Amino acid sequence: MSAALAARLAAARAVGALSRLRGGGATSAPGKALLRMQPDAIAVLGRRLARGSAVISATNGKTTTAAMAAAILGGDGVELVHNRAGANMAGGIASTLLDAARAHGSIAGELGLFEVDEMWLQGVVAQLRPRAILLGNLFRDQLDRYGELDTIAERWSTTVAGGPGGQARLVLNADDPALADLGRDAGERVVYFGVEDDSLALPGLSHAADAKHCRNCGAPYVFDAVYLGHLGRYHCASCGRARPSGEALAVRASDVRLEGVRAARFQLHTPQGSAEVALALPGLYNVYNALAAAALAHTLGVGLPAIVAGLQNTTAAFGRAESVTLGAGADRRELRILLVKNPAGANEVLRTLALEPGEHDVLGILNDKIADGRDVSWIWDADFELLADRIRRVTCAGTRAAELAVRLKYAGVDPERIRVEPDLAEALAAASADRPAGSDEKRPTDAECLTGADAGWDKGSSRGAPPPLYALPTYTAMLALHKLLARESSSSPTRRLRSTLR
Amino acid sequence: MRTLRVCALYPDLMNIYADRGNLLVLERRCVWRGIGFEVSACGLGEILDTEAPHDLFYLGGGQDRDQRLCAEDLALLKREGLRAAATRDAVVLGVCGGYQLLGRSYELGVGEELPGVGLLDVRTVREAGPRLIGNVAIEVTCDQGGGTPEAESAAGLDGAHVLTGFENHGGRTYLGAAQQPLGRVLKGCGNDGRSGLEGARSDNVIGTYLHGPLLPKNVWFADWLIARALGLDPSELAPLHDELEIAAHRDARHAAGV
Repeated sequence: MSAALAARLAAARAVGALSRLRGGGATSAPGKALLRMQPDAIAVLGRRLARGSAVISATNGKTTTAAMAAAILGGDGVELVHNRAGANMAGGIASTLLDAARAHGSIAGELGLFEVDEMWLQGVVAQLRPRAILLGNLFRDQLDRYGELDTIAERWSTTVAGGPGGQARLVLNADDPALADLGRDAGERVVYFGVEDDSLALPGLSHAADAKHCRNCGAPYVFDAVYLGHLGRYHCASCGRARPSGEALAVRASDVRLEGVRAARFQLHTPQGSAEVALALPGLYNVYNALAAAALAHTLGVGLPAIVAGLQNTTAAFGRAESVTLGAGADRRELRILLVKNPAGANEVLRTLALEPGEHDVLGILNDKIADGRDVSWIWDADFELLADRIRRVTCAGTRAAELAVRLKYAGVDPERIRVEPDLAEALAAASADRPAGSDEKRPTDAECLTGADAGWDKGSSRGAPPPLYALPTYTAMLALHKLLARESSSSPTRRLRSTLR
Repeated sequence: MRTLRVCALYPDLMNIYADRGNLLVLERRCVWRGIGFEVSACGLGEILDTEAPHDLFYLGGGQDRDQRLCAEDLALLKREGLRAAATRDAVVLGVCGGYQLLGRSYELGVGEELPGVGLLDVRTVREAGPRLIGNVAIEVTCDQGGGTPEAESAAGLDGAHVLTGFENHGGRTYLGAAQQPLGRVLKGCGNDGRSGLEGARSDNVIGTYLHGPLLPKNVWFADWLIARALGLDPSELAPLHDELEIAAHRDARHAAGV
């Protein structure tokens, strides 16, 4: 390693240390500093990885898919360099490589596994020259930051067609027409994955569906089955392009069983054989994430048993169906955190929540900071109608709490059940105190059970435990919620819940 | 009972910023008042009849690709229907890409010009420079409809009202000499980022860059549209409990810095 590079790595590490001293998160600061001094740092450090790199991009599910791939590869004995904290722009990736870099031109790890922001994919691929590029989906997301969806599709198309990405294996979602098309001329380089289970088919395309027209000829796609947003089985009646199927669809899920907000099961088919997978994560969206991770791992040469084991060992990534216990003793209550950040993701969370029986207490937190997207229009594309008659009490918090309240009101939620409390600490306190009548002191009577008056009870849980409170935060709201929960749990256990209950 | 009959133009294509929120707000605010509500779609390949019975036409925003698909179709199959509708004082609301297509033309690049319906005397040009993105607030004043102050007052737009929302557009829109804007920019970019003008209005034909769900956070404007479309004065509409809506309007104004 050149002395100049060593000095730059040291200087960038000092930036990170300084930033941490000041209490900053510091995930991408050292990497940004490094890239200023050495613009090709990602390429230079990435070349040290003996087994190269794999990159993952999507508008939805990047972090969870990467966590699943990491569990599979790590369980198979591969030493990874992975941006697991989710810092997925160039600075975050450079930081991750910087952390792993060692003296004398070495690095602590053999394979790079990076989730990459949609708009940064091109630049990161140009430097990393990855072995494999996984593209999971392309839904409308943060249009204020990214402009138009077609812009991203065009960039991705250029990225995978030639140049630095032209040699990589492509792992593509066959069910997303815009992505499937990117592999059309890539021959042997492509591994497609998709769902084949018509019992999951929705009545039609969701309002927020995006890739509705053939990229080749512009005619509307005919959807024979819609699974999620615009993901499904489709063909173009005009030019004949269709979803890859048969042999071309290497990795498939069938017999999908969704088990509320907790779990999902499916039959996984790969060229290596088939196996039953029990995910500890909910929803069809996580089945898609699992398929993507399985297809990537298969492409990288991992065996089926290790793929299944890794998928089954994956627990919720930060804020993605995460479960936290609020308070202690009689005040205990489960808080389940389900990140919502764009219509497609929100719809899957709402659909998953609707699978749970009874009425729900919900804490919706809508922020409009840069990382959330400053434009909150998207909540009008999300199908809150799915939950409208299932809300027992909803507390709206965040910088745009009232807009969320209006959305819920127009979705059909009784305004009497809507509370607006922009301050997150106040909102959490108020929302955790909401519980069905009877859950504090007494069990519901048989009559109440029979009439469904307390349908929200989790009959299998311990006596008197109230049903969970569901938090649906946007990205920065999720970070704020974690910070708040950390503060609460560092105070004394007895004080901790009091502070949320008062 | 009166019924508001709405025609949604290309609802499956021109909807990029959750435009359905506007239709939902119109629907609920009618239903809550006991006013009937009907919505029908008019999509690609369908002729908009010059005798179409609708009171309000809505055209939302789309990506370039969708806008290209719609522009030709609109000019070919719907221009006459929309002109006839405007002549009989139906409300025509174009939002974002829909606003651009209500104008004379949209020049997307060198040698590519999309035709417009020509209901508004505006011309849109995709120029070098960044997209105009951000929170926006405009002041809509009573003397911009072309009528006398008294007539405007009778139509319910007396005094200054604030419309607030979000804009995200690559095109810059320029008004013809006699074309009135919808309002004056308080914060944000508006039509072209320079003139301080936002949107365009010719009687009941309105275009604005305040995109997607602008009605949920400006329910006074939703009611004004309903009233205009039904030939009523907004004061004739029964009041609703708008505490949440007013709070959302206040937050959106705050986000824009007004």
